[in-house]
Amino acid sequence: MDKREYQWAWLMVLPVVLIVAFSAIMPLMTVVNYSVQDIFGPGSRFFVGTEWFKEVLRDPALHGALIRQIIFSAAVLVIQIPLGIALALCMPKKGPWVSVALVLLALPLLVPWNVVGTIWQVFARPDVGLAGVAINSLGFDYNYTGDPIDAWFTVLVMDVWHWTSLVILLCYAGLQAIPDAFYQAARIDGASRWAVFRYIELPKLKGVLLIAILLRFIFSFRIYAEPFVLTGGGPGNSTTFLSQSLTTMAVGQFDLGPAAAFSLIYFLIILLFSYVFYLTILNMDREG
Amino acid sequence: MGSNRRYIFLGLWLVFLMLPIYWLIMMSLKTNQEILSTFSLWPQNLTVDNYIKIFTDPTWYPGYINSTLYVLMNVVISLTVALPAAYAFSRYNFLGDKHLFFWLLTNIMAPPAVFLLPFFELYQSVGIYDTHIAVALAHTLFTVPLAVWILEGFMSGVPKEIDETAYLDGYSWPRFFITIFLPLIRSGVGVTAFFCFMFSWVELLLARTLTSVEAKPIAVTMTRTVGASGLDWGLLATAGVLTLVPGTLVIWFVRKHIARGFALGRV
Amino acid sequence: MARIELNNLAHQYAPGGEYALQPMQHVWEDGGAYALLGPSGCGKTTLLNIISGLLTPSQGQVLFGDQDVTRLPPEQRNIGQVFQFPVIYDTMSVFDNLAFPLRNRRLSEDYVSRRVTQIAGMLGLDEVLKRRAKNLTADAKQKISLGRGLVREDVAAVLFDEPLTVIDPHLKWQLRRKLREVHEQLNLTLVYVTHDQTEALTFADKVVVMLAGQVLQVGTPQALFERPEHTFVGYFIGSPGMNFMDCQVEGSEAIVAGERIAVDPAMAAAASESGGQLQLGIRPGLIRPAAADEAGLTIQVDQVEDLGDYELITGHLGEHKIHVRLEESEKIGSDGLKVVFPTEHSLLYADDRLVGGGA
Repeated sequence: MDKREYQWAWLMVLPVVLIVAFSAIMPLMTVVNYSVQDIFGPGSRFFVGTEWFKEVLRDPALHGALIRQIIFSAAVLVIQIPLGIALALCMPKKGPWVSVALVLLALPLLVPWNVVGTIWQVFARPDVGLAGVAINSLGFDYNYTGDPIDAWFTVLVMDVWHWTSLVILLCYAGLQAIPDAFYQAARIDGASRWAVFRYIELPKLKGVLLIAILLRFIFSFRIYAEPFVLTGGGPGNSTTFLSQSLTTMAVGQFDLGPAAAFSLIYFLIILLFSYVFYLTILNMDREG
Repeated sequence: MGSNRRYIFLGLWLVFLMLPIYWLIMMSLKTNQEILSTFSLWPQNLTVDNYIKIFTDPTWYPGYINSTLYVLMNVVISLTVALPAAYAFSRYNFLGDKHLFFWLLTNIMAPPAVFLLPFFELYQSVGIYDTHIAVALAHTLFTVPLAVWILEGFMSGVPKEIDETAYLDGYSWPRFFITIFLPLIRSGVGVTAFFCFMFSWVELLLARTLTSVEAKPIAVTMTRTVGASGLDWGLLATAGVLTLVPGTLVIWFVRKHIARGFALGRV
Repeated sequence: MARIELNNLAHQYAPGGEYALQPMQHVWEDGGAYALLGPSGCGKTTLLNIISGLLTPSQGQVLFGDQDVTRLPPEQRNIGQVFQFPVIYDTMSVFDNLAFPLRNRRLSEDYVSRRVTQIAGMLGLDEVLKRRAKNLTADAKQKISLGRGLVREDVAAVLFDEPLTVIDPHLKWQLRRKLREVHEQLNLTLVYVTHDQTEALTFADKVVVMLAGQVLQVGTPQALFERPEHTFVGYFIGSPGMNFMDCQVEGSEAIVAGERIAVDPAMAAAASESGGQLQLGIRPGLIRPAAADEAGLTIQVDQVEDLGDYELITGHLGEHKIHVRLEESEKIGSDGLKVVFPTEHSLLYADDRLVGGGA
């Protein structure tokens, strides 16, 4: 769409900038500040430059967490995005069931994240949990506290349960926003259902999908409470992701300097990946 | 996809979603002992003690009220500032617009742990520590960018020609925006309102950091369920079930907007 | 192309409810260009949707040629439709957009290529065939929409639902002219819905004027102008619309505000018999200034607007407001403007319907 050149548009954007900047700039500056200092206690600080950054980047435990995190986020995206689109397409467009479906879809999203972990902790237990008992009775030897693969499986299923609704709701709203006329024109043109999806629905969902992908990536990359409550990062460190490592460092060891440095690196990684996603999808739009 | 297959697939998915929720409700009605020792699909000793506790204990139910308050504040603020901004991003080119747009999103990316302390210091220095508005404001850090991004996406789906036709027909901008434009992006506004509500409602760390007594949210109160005898599962589950109620009301409230299509009326 | 027949067609959205379309009986000839004209809510879009198949009427039949299509969905009726806003496939080029309906029917690429090039040429889209359809202007997109309807050689009719709504005002006439050209070249049946009389009058061979679910008149623009069969038609068409004044009839004269105006005797007789509320109608442009030796009648002048090649005079005759369009500037005396209502253009209406004129 051709946009008009209009510098006064800044006024419309100003409230947003002010509100967000208020909470963003100061804390960020503080963290940058911490990241280049060695803080022994109040009033006792030394400037150490990039020392912490180097230390963090060399830490093998963090490397492990990073790799696990990347695999996790990739799995999340690969599963939840197509599944979300498919389910959104299955949703009724009108009628009484729409309300029921929307409410049911919303429920997993509304559960506080630590409670999500708690629910699945019990739910997946091989002795007293519905899922645990069911899987074991099917003949599988399933125990998420002992077996790293089972732990991964459980964490992924928990995340799919928790967050796919976000993708579904976004895609559903996006589909509902498509004017009927497009479907009518496609009928008149004799298009198949697949063609309707490929040439009308999918292109019109691009904006919504970008948001869904970015949100799922960002939040899955930052995930903390749910897996921590479910597995505690175990067995061993098989399900320890980046956020948990960071929190251990910041809170447990109370090493503000390295923790701040790690935070910034963590932030930059997310920023980088997000920017790549953003540009990719934007450019897909611009071809031709 | 055949109509029936569609609905079966959706139905199976919804059942999958409901099973853990069902389990949660069951936990809220069981005793702690039963939860941890026996596998039962229905409570053997049904107890509503946990519910009674929460409804009557003055340390519990204010948490719900506080959370509801600041979350609603947040939704109102977020939508109010995000709507004009999203419109500007959608319709106009201005200096730094693309960078600004992406910068907004970056505010969701920061991992919280280390940022909590500076937040605490900032809000305390401004004097709004332990108030509802503090949490509402702090949450705008991620709800506002989210709102702007979602709304911009929906607004860009509305052809610009509609704006122009309205101006030619003599509509003033506010009248155009409210009577013509907003109804066209209804589903976007509905879903944005819900997401702002949802993200603010479940956010624990900031809410905990910025409050102590006056505005203590329910999520914090729930962390108190760890007692001397270990985690009070039943109570936690009950609190969890009750947490679902406000959000359910919100989605019920906006459901018509989300499901309403793009109805291009007389322009 | 097809002859469209509407057999006792009517529509109620809810059984026993209000008629969105009053029962009607019409035949629209093959290859004609018809405009459905009327204000918002008059039922023209309902009628269009019944013809296109998006809506099934609650009673009556729709026939394309000899075939009863009443219950057939749009894709089986072989129609094309152009909507109020451009409906195109964003991800495809202009060429692929136009080729889409043909490819869906699995026709040979050779044929597709020939046909698309031909239609694109006709619509003036040949320069942009390779470009992404999304990036074109609104009027080009509407042409693509139209093109998709035209590529199918066996298309029965092309329907337009206010297609110029989002087009730039100074481009509207271009698109109208293009539609006219297409019509002349292909001789298709075209049905065009609009609330803009200029669009209707310039586009159509026959205009169907509708109000509140009823078809008031079907006729050529000329007929609608000179002999409106309903006061609404007289008022809606023409700029400004027809003048209407309450009157009584005596013999073969109508009496308005004490003035006597000669009318067609047969019309006068029918009017007296009808016993309804009588009005005299005359078009502002058909009122002529009285010659020096004619008695004429005098209109009090309130306002004179010089609109370039004509003058618009607003005045009153007795208590009736009246507009007059004059070619040259007339000297307007202090005691008003003397005019003559030509007999052949002075029409009588009883209860809003033209008397003795085949309502």
